[in-house]
Formats: sequence, structure tokens, C-alpha cells
Amino acid sequence: MDFLRPASWEDALAAKAAHPDAVPIAGGTDVMVEINFDHRRPEYLMDLGRIGELSDWEVGADTVRLGASVPYARIMEHLRAELPGLALAAHTVASPQIRNRGGVGGNLGTASPAGDAHPALLAAGAEIEAVSVRGSRRIPVDAFYTGVKRNALAPDELIRAVHIARADGPQQFSKVGTRNAMVIAVCAFALALHPHSRTVRTGIGSAAPTPLRAGPAEDFLNAALDEEGLWESRRAVTPSIARQFAQLAAASCNPIDDVRGPAQYRRHAVAVMARRTLTWTWEAYRAERSPRCV
Amino acid sequence: MNPTGAPGDLTQATHTRGGIGESTLRPDGRLKVTGEFAYSSDMWHEDMLWGHTLRSTVAHAAIRAVDITEALAVPGVHAVLTWDDLPTAVKCYGLEIQDTPVLAHGKVRHHGEPVALVAADHPETARRAAAKIRVDYAELPVITDEASATAPGAVLVHEGRTDHHAAHVPHPNIVHRQPIVRGDAAAAAERAEVIVRGEYVFGMQDQAFLGPESGLAIPCDDGGVELYIATQWLHSDLAQIAPVLGLPEEKVRMTLSGVGGAFGGREDLSMQIHACLLALRTGRPVKMVYNRFESFFGHVHRHPARLAYEHGATRDGRLTHVRARIVLDGGAYASSSPAVVGNAASLAVGPYAVDAVDIEALALYTNNPPCGAMRGFGAVQACFAYEAQMDRVAARLGLDPVEFRRLNAMEQGTLMPTGQRVDSPAPVAELLRRVRARPLPPERQWETAGGDADIRALPGGLSNTTHGEGVVRGVGYAVGIKNVGFSEGFDDYSTARVRMEAVNGTPVATVHTAMAEVGQGGVTVHAQIARTELGIAQVVIQPADTRVGSAGGTSASRQTYVTGGAVKHACEQIREQVLERGRRRFGSYHPAWATAELLLEDGKVVTETGEALASLADVLGDEAIETEVEWRHRPTQPLDRITGQGDGHVQYSFAAHRAVVEVDVELGLVKVVELACAQDVGKALNPLSVTGQIQGGTTQGLGVAVMEEILVDPVTAKVRNPSFTDYLIPTILDTPAIPVDMLELADQHAPYGLRGGGEAPTLSSTPAVLAAIRDATGLELNRTPVRPEHLTGTAGS
Repeated sequence: MDFLRPASWEDALAAKAAHPDAVPIAGGTDVMVEINFDHRRPEYLMDLGRIGELSDWEVGADTVRLGASVPYARIMEHLRAELPGLALAAHTVASPQIRNRGGVGGNLGTASPAGDAHPALLAAGAEIEAVSVRGSRRIPVDAFYTGVKRNALAPDELIRAVHIARADGPQQFSKVGTRNAMVIAVCAFALALHPHSRTVRTGIGSAAPTPLRAGPAEDFLNAALDEEGLWESRRAVTPSIARQFAQLAAASCNPIDDVRGPAQYRRHAVAVMARRTLTWTWEAYRAERSPRCV
Repeated sequence: MNPTGAPGDLTQATHTRGGIGESTLRPDGRLKVTGEFAYSSDMWHEDMLWGHTLRSTVAHAAIRAVDITEALAVPGVHAVLTWDDLPTAVKCYGLEIQDTPVLAHGKVRHHGEPVALVAADHPETARRAAAKIRVDYAELPVITDEASATAPGAVLVHEGRTDHHAAHVPHPNIVHRQPIVRGDAAAAAERAEVIVRGEYVFGMQDQAFLGPESGLAIPCDDGGVELYIATQWLHSDLAQIAPVLGLPEEKVRMTLSGVGGAFGGREDLSMQIHACLLALRTGRPVKMVYNRFESFFGHVHRHPARLAYEHGATRDGRLTHVRARIVLDGGAYASSSPAVVGNAASLAVGPYAVDAVDIEALALYTNNPPCGAMRGFGAVQACFAYEAQMDRVAARLGLDPVEFRRLNAMEQGTLMPTGQRVDSPAPVAELLRRVRARPLPPERQWETAGGDADIRALPGGLSNTTHGEGVVRGVGYAVGIKNVGFSEGFDDYSTARVRMEAVNGTPVATVHTAMAEVGQGGVTVHAQIARTELGIAQVVIQPADTRVGSAGGTSASRQTYVTGGAVKHACEQIREQVLERGRRRFGSYHPAWATAELLLEDGKVVTETGEALASLADVLGDEAIETEVEWRHRPTQPLDRITGQGDGHVQYSFAAHRAVVEVDVELGLVKVVELACAQDVGKALNPLSVTGQIQGGTTQGLGVAVMEEILVDPVTAKVRNPSFTDYLIPTILDTPAIPVDMLELADQHAPYGLRGGGEAPTLSSTPAVLAAIRDATGLELNRTPVRPEHLTGTAGS
């Protein structure tokens, strides 16, 4: 195994172009586990640790540009207001030690359905900045996950940053594990209210081959909120709306039975989390004294 | 030359008296919490090689061929060993039955069985070379449970058994079977006004010690070998290692290196023989360290069990009889299964007085992972079942579950199902009364002063699954009984060597035993005993090794009792010799030397009234006093093969728990809020240490109540979750407040009246948590661990 240590982003892109099989490594919290357990033996490992800009973030008017290597601990600490859903998800990632090393770029690169960041990114709305020597493109997060541990990156592309919509309303993230901390998701659910666009977005983790949005549930809820005029009136979401939203969210799942839990439980738990996160976010929205102005 | 990381003397001096009953601090505590303590995996020797084990990828298969050619050709590889390379006719080992091949031969019987060994100059080289060994397996049908083990024509896991249990078992795939019959259960059942039957399942728990199996073997010029090893019993290892190596025991010199936890998982050998074989073959020191994945295959686990119970009672709440059938899955090799069977059978009824019992316990041979010792040792599985039964009988009678238990609680003088009279305090009712009398934690304890929810105090914790929705509180009680020390006629003894001398005018005692310090605190307690008995401040604890006689295992809650007893006895002999020397040297100066009862206190010989006669340094002069003793507890008897009658145990230990849980009944997630424990420890030699034992045992019991389980595929018998990613143990956020109420009712037969305490809390913790979850959910819950799908009816097909 050869170890590549590009000193700059340009060098990294060149190295990736020269060795498309090279596995990029930043925090190493996924990659090193795979290597230590001999699950994977890449010919080239490319250390991105010398590229400082990957650990920077920038808060813009509408989006946050989050460097691929910004550790979860920083997100929890500094971006709770701008990215509340992702900050909540970050808090559920592994242990403090891992949160000091791991970042969203690694979650996206691995593209495991159990990655904690995915549901929050899907709910908030995000674009992945994928770059190669050929140029740069932005992949909408909805189109990024292409299969179990597969993503839309071309072999010569690296993730430079993620552009995540700044929260314009309440967001929640909820994850089921069989332990009260430091646990891999049995399943997870994220929900974000977007009052500006009068829409709700969701994200489901660990309940299908890829992370995904609960599309039919979103459509139903968006229509129901619209019909009832709830965005304006800020009245409570009725239990029947919440229930149907939850059922539709569960119906979007396509889970498996595995050591972490049975498919039937995953579907059930996603429904419960969908209902609860909707209630929490909507109640938070209602509690805002006046409509937010930006 | 000593290798780096070899253990050294632990010198302990205290400003207080530092005797028994004080919470003196561990001599190695600071090193451990600052990360400076050398565990066995930290050892290093110049020129050392790294050993690696090739393990079977299937559970049950004939081995047609093993080809090591390619592995041997890897540069950096110094040796590749298989069964064919074993040097003597002794090629198997085992704690009780020598049924375990050092390396597989002819067939493999479980997933992860050692097949070949590699020594190389780098661990990665050894691992890659091992991957180049070609093993040709022809898979055999797997035996996974009682039905497949005893079906007509079932493949025998071990053919041609000649062990001492072979003749009395009903089937060769049963390791050992122990019935216990007392009174007339059939007649008592006629009298019963309520009969409750239940079937229970106990999952496979792992000891999950944090320091994986590791050690360092160094070949010696005389053809022998030195082995630095993390184990629970040096001399038991030695007796199994030496015959395989073809060496006399004195040429296998063993030293205990830093042990990172044990809990029963280091009673069996792991890499001991392997490292020695590689060292002797290569002439180089060889280090072996398992990683976590390999560790799951490198040691035995707690027996999973199926338990069927029938309890009868009269309307006024008196038990009439108990029938029980306990089937333990011993896996592919015997390990300590026979002794676990004896415990499960003799303790099957729990701490209750029952006149009519009909019990059968047995352990199977299967192709599942081998199971053996783990904290609680057979008593844990039984306690889970009988306490569930006690709650169900109470409910049927309309009685409060604690009251029903108290009505039937055993006490001093009660006869066990084995006919053995309990001849020391058995405060079962009092322990229950104490945990019940505690105030409950406040309702909605997760609410902060500001009215928000602290998610860390809720089910799901940091995963943010509830802010109080769906959360229901439950409260449950349980009490258990555990034997202390080795049972059923085993010659259970320990050896202690103690020397006292004056060093620069200060009397110092040096204690040398082979006791394995695995975290339980023996190194602290031995110093306390020496201080109390010898009236001195400074004690040196020497590293445990095989230059001194056996201390027995650090297991069965026995070390403070037995090795502590040996140290006490040795100190008493030293004291007598000191006084004799004093009388000889100074007797003529003071009449008290001849007449009075003399004590050793504060470095002096004093009279009962406190008058100092001489300093110990003066009495000792420049001549040390040294003694070595072997000390035994009262003998026990084997259990009758047919009736199970016999005084099988030397001492019993009791603990009770009250569990308070919050259950998110919609998601099936559990937060244990409090696990209050009351335990009789006879005498707490070190209260802080005992509290640690109780809290640790309680937490281990909580683990197997709500999360810990090794999942074995029922079709392939392969382990599905050999990692800490999917074998979950409690984090601090899963660990509740554990208030401890310690009783000290002396057992007059034991040193200082002490009662072994390390295991009892592991028993009652699990059923208390289950009872509390049942209380919250109304569900029957007849298996542990309970998982979210069991609480939400979503377990699928």
C-alpha cells in the first residue's frame, strides 16, 4: 500500500487523477477501521490532512460552505444555529474522540446508509462540491447516494465541501440505537421546516439501501399544511395529519433484517420518529413570536 | 533481561493505619487512570517476533488438508506451526476435560477455532502469511441446540469420549447432567393452589474485558520458557501448558503481567501454549496480542440457556415446590461447563426455602462458540428465570412481589435443595426490605429546572428520540444467591509467602502470592491484611508468579477469602515468630513478655493496655522472618449423581436490587434510572473496593438485560457480531445511579467474617431490570437481553 501525501488541493486532484483507485483519508474514522480489520486493502491511500482549507467553513447568506474535513465536534460547537439538524446528528456520532476526527466528507465518501450526517443533509438541502482535474460540479444530495456504500462521485473526483442551506426554521434529528450513546444507527430520521419556501424536507437513515428522503410523506405534509393554511395560522398540526405523515414516512423505507434490528422494527421506529420530529419542529415554529424576517 | 512492561514490586505505605476496613487506594490506580500502567499487550522484548493465529472460517468441518507452503515462503516469516508440529503426545488441554486441541486436527468444531500459527518479524507480516495458509474444509452438519444435539443419528461433536462424565450422561453430546431431587415434588404439586409454568431464554454474554488476550514468551537457555501472561490462574495454566510443551513445570516460568479485566474469560487458555510453541521453535521471544475481533473468538462466553420452570404455591403465599430444567449451551469444548451445571442446578431455586424440588441441569456440546466461566457462573441464568417466576406467582396470588419473596426467603439454618444447611447469616428478607425502603428517584427526573428535557436522562439518550413522549416508568425487584469458592469437593487452597524484616529501622512486610490481580483489588487487600496483622505501615506486594505455590483462580468470588485467608494465616505465623524472638531477646526486661497477651501495633510490640515493650525493628534485628503457608477453606462434598444431595458449597453470597427504569414504550428504548443494591459482604475489608465490585457487577447485569448478546447464526453457527460496533456494552450514559447498602453480618467460618462479594450483584441486577421493564410495559418478556423489537411487537417472523 502506497501512502500519498499531497501538500495542496491541486496536488491532491492530480494524484487522484493519476490513481483513481486511491482512497482518500482525512479523520480516518471509517477508512482505518476497514484497513485494520483487513476488510479493504487499497493500493493507494491519500492523506488529505495537509490540506488546511478542507477544515474551514464559511457562513454565507443562504448557505454554509462546510469543508469536507470539518470535524463533527466543530459543527456541534460553532454551527448549531445555522445547521441545527446537522449539529444534532453530529452529537450522536460515536464518541467524543471520533467526533474530534471525523467529518461530513468521510460520511459522504463512505456513503453507508447508517452514516449519521446523511438524513440531516437530505432534510436541510445540500449540494456536494465534487472536484477533479476536469473541473468542479455540485451534486444535489438527493442524487448523491446511488447504492449501498456507493455514491455519485467519479473515480477521479474528491469531495471538497458541502454547501448546506442555512436553517430558516426549526430542524430535528432523531436516531434509534440500542444504547444511549456511542451507537450505530438502527435507523434515523431528520426533518427540517423551511418556512421561506413553505416546505418540509426529510431524511431517512439506515432503513433502505441508501439514505433517502421520504418523498410521499413530504408531498402529503406540504399539501396538508398548505390546504389548512397552517404556515400562516401557526395552529397545531392535527394528530391525523401527523399520523398519516408518519405512516407515509415508514412506507418509504426498504429496510433489511440484520444484527442491529429487524426490518419491521425499523419501519415502525421511523414512523414514531417522523411523528415526534414533526411535532417538535412544528411546536418550535409555533412558539416563534413573529414570522422570521431575513 | 526483563522485557519492557514486566511487572514490578508494588510498595505501599499509608499515613493512616491502612488496615482492613479502610478504603485504602489501589497501589496501581494512579498508573491505570493516567495510562502509564503496563498491560500484557504493552510488553516488548528486543528481537521479539509476533505470533498470529489462523482460525477456522466455518463452524463444523472435516479438515482434508492444511498447506503452509506459501505462508512459509513469505519473507519475514520464521515459523508456521500446525497440529503436526506439536512436540509431544499431549496435544489437547482443558480445565476439567482435556478435549481442546492446541491446534485443530481432523476437524474444526466451532467458528474461529485455532488451526495454525505463524511467527514473523512484524504482526502484519504474520497476518498476511496466515492468510496464505490453505485449509481444505469439508463442511459437516452443525449442532446448534438441544434438538439437533440429541436427534437420532446426530453427529457427535466429540467421538469416543472417555472423560469422567461420559459414563453418566444420557447422550454423548451432553457434557454433564446434574439432577437435584429433594422432597416429593409430585405430592407437593397436588397441594399447590396455584401453579405457574414459564420458559425462559438467556442470551450469550461476553466478558468484554477491555485488555485483549496477550502475552510474551521468551525461550531460555535451559530449554525452558518464560511466559508473561494476563490470566486468572497461573498454576492452572501451567498444569495445562507444560505437558503440551513436553517440559517439566519448573521449566515453564510464568509471571502475571498487567491484566485488563477478566470476568471469567481468562480462566481458559488462549494464546499461552501458542506463544510458547512459537518461542521454543524459533528461539526468539514471541509476543501475541489479539485484536477485539479475535478476542471474541479467543475466549469462552457465558452459557446461553433455556430454562423451563414450574412453581407451586398455596393461597397464603408459601411455595410448595419448584421444578426446573436448565439447558446450557456449552458449545464445542467442555471448558468449565460441568462446574457451571453444578452451580445452575444447586442454585436453581434461588434464595428461598422450598421443601420439594425436582431439578435437572445439563450442558450441551454443540458447534456454537465454547462457553465457560463468566461472573455469576450458572447462577446468573437461573436467577433470571426464578425471579421472573417469583413475580408471576406473586401476581397470580395477588401478592406484592417483595412481600411474596419475604414470605419464602431463606435464612440461616434453611436447607438448600442439595440438603446443605446454610450455616451463616442469610439476610434475604432484610436485603429486600432495604432496597424497597429507599426513596424512589423523582418522577419525570429528566425535566430540568427550566422545564426542558435533558435527553441524557431519557431513553435513547443523546440520540434524541424522545423529549418525554411515550415514556413510562417501571420498578422491579430481584434477589439472588451465589456460592463463594470452588465447590463439589474441589481442593480449594491458596499459598502465601510473607517475610518481615527491618529496612533502615522500619519494619517492612513482603507478600508473595500467585494471586492474579485482574482488577478486583487483591493487591490492595493483601497489604491491608499484613498491616492489620503485623502492626506495620509498609508492605511490598511482589509480582505474582509460579515461584510460589498456587493461589487458586481469581474467580468464584474467592480470592479475598482464600488468598486473603492464606496471607492472614502467614502473617499470624510471622507474628508468633516475632513474639517468640522478642521473648528470647527482651523477655527478661519486662514481665509482660511472659504473661500478657501481646499485640503488634504501630511498629511495636505492645501489651493489651497499650504499653510498648519493644520496637519491631529491634526485635527483628538484621534477620528477616519468613514463612509460607497453604491455606484451605472447609472442605465441600461432591453432589450425588442421582439426587444432587451433598454439602457442595462452602459459603453463600446474597444481593438484592431494585431497578427503576423509564421505557419509551413506542420505540422500545430503555433508560435505567437507578439500580439500588443491598448486599451482605460479611466484612468489607476495603469498602471502596467492595462498592466498586457491586457497581461493576450491577452494570454487567444491566448489560445483559438490555443490550449485550453475542449473536450466533442458527444455520451456520457463525458469530455475527464479533466487534464492539455490534456487541454493545453499557456506556456511562447507560449506567444509572447505583446506591449501595452494605451489610456486614459476619460468617464465623471465614477470615474476618468476610463474604465473597464480586459476583452476587451480577445475578439480581438483570432480573430486577427485566421486572421493571415488565412493570412499565405489561409485557411478559421471557428472554434476555430484551431488545427494542421485543418491546414493540416488531421482531418480525
